Amino acid sequence: MWLDIWMRENPITYVLLGSYAVAMAIFLVEIALVRHKRALTLQQVRLMQEAGEEE
Amino acid sequence: MKKSTMIDLLWVVTRRDLVLAMRRRADVLTTLIFFVMVVSLFPLGVGPEMDMLRKMAPGVLWVAALLSSMLSLGRLFSADHLDGTLEQMLLVPQSLSMLVLGKMIAHWMVAGLPLVLMAPVLGIQFDMSAEAIGVLILGLLLGTPILSMLGAIGAALTLGLRGGGVLLSLLVLPLCIPVLIFGTGAVDAVSSGLSVASHLSLLGAMLVLALVFTPWVTAQALRISME
Amino acid sequence: MAINWFKYSAPTTFYSLAGKLIPWFAVAAAALFAVGMYIGFYIAPVDYQQGEFYRIIFIHVPASILSMFLYLIMAGYAAMGLIFNTRLSAMMATAIAPTGALFAFISLWTGALWGKPMWGAWWVWDARLTSELILLFLYLGFIALHASIDDPRRADRASALLAIVGSVNVPIIYFSVKWWNTLHQGSTIKFSGTSMHVAMQQAMFIMLVACWLYAIAVILARVRSIILERERHTKWINELPEVKHVA
Repeated sequence: MWLDIWMRENPITYVLLGSYAVAMAIFLVEIALVRHKRALTLQQVRLMQEAGEEE
Repeated sequence: MKKSTMIDLLWVVTRRDLVLAMRRRADVLTTLIFFVMVVSLFPLGVGPEMDMLRKMAPGVLWVAALLSSMLSLGRLFSADHLDGTLEQMLLVPQSLSMLVLGKMIAHWMVAGLPLVLMAPVLGIQFDMSAEAIGVLILGLLLGTPILSMLGAIGAALTLGLRGGGVLLSLLVLPLCIPVLIFGTGAVDAVSSGLSVASHLSLLGAMLVLALVFTPWVTAQALRISME
Repeated sequence: MAINWFKYSAPTTFYSLAGKLIPWFAVAAAALFAVGMYIGFYIAPVDYQQGEFYRIIFIHVPASILSMFLYLIMAGYAAMGLIFNTRLSAMMATAIAPTGALFAFISLWTGALWGKPMWGAWWVWDARLTSELILLFLYLGFIALHASIDDPRRADRASALLAIVGSVNVPIIYFSVKWWNTLHQGSTIKFSGTSMHVAMQQAMFIMLVACWLYAIAVILARVRSIILERERHTKWINELPEVKHVA
């Protein structure tokens, strides 16, 4: 298997790309989701408030 | 005096649920047929080599029992929920845990016991030795009530939800893993000539724990779902 | 001087407190991640047995520890929410679940990547990996149950009960899986065991703290959104500056 040979030749790259980069990507996605949720909720609350003021 | 009323109550609920189940015999049969079918699919899927089948048999039977007991759990509270009986049960002055325990026992007798009785036939299909079948049945007798009781928690939590059936399995199956491990472990032990006492006594201990805690937890879950 | 802790357990004050704390936790987490990575990759020596591959533990072990502790903390909040009926505890439990599930996933992923060069297989039915997988299932069950109940109060209480049942089951599952593993002659290589170099310990500890800080920052940020969503009908929400001034 080419992957087996490659990982034994480049262990540091394998570790960095396979574990740390993936973990960082997961963290970044989670942060993005949390920020998105925050923006969305704020928008909702504002919309509700505007609707309330018009009444 | 008080003790006898508790047991009376248990008996009343169990009998009521059994009578109701007997009116819908098709439901009971469906579970059993599902069990037999799932088990029979395995040889077709992995090939007819007897050595392999004999090795797989306890696992296959246990997993199939796990899945088929999930199937009937959805009905555990839903019928009573729909016709309003469950609401009345919550208002009854007697302990809700006892009522729930009665329903669990009835569920096991309808959905668990037939599987246990069917298991030897399927075990023979898989060429299991008589000794192994005996241990398998003992394990199932101790284990399937735990499945019914853990399942009751899930059934109470998912009461009246859309897509409740799949969700129920998602919640309950991980909790059933220890039962699966010790149930199949017992059969593996007897097949390799080891003592089964430790496996079966651990299953028994789990059964006692489940008997003590799950009725109360299920009662709490019902209260949450019904408020 | 007595601090009124109950003041911070109300969503109103907690919301602003969390808002002030998040940047600090986030910055500290980022800094410690950088330091941990530096020590882990430049200072910690090569392991004579596992070569460079052992460096995966600097993320794997903290992720595993966090996934387990976060489940217990989540169950603790859930129990508090059920017993004392506090609004914030249930929101915290809901906010913790996704982060815990992600850490469980990271732990599984890095475990598989470590297993390939060590055991020659991506997945080995090792006791720890299997327990971690079941833990992930428990998290997913909690999230799925919470998501499928529309009434927030019932969702909180039902999933809280599930979390408590799960946390009682976690030790039973762990020991049964461990036993199952020894019966089936599982793998013998272990992560720890051989004496660890001081730099390795330092790197792992710093990464663990970094993961904790990161988890706290994300959970606080998520709980702020949940508070906003749940309390949107109240007056104090409408008086928040971020709600008033439309960006």
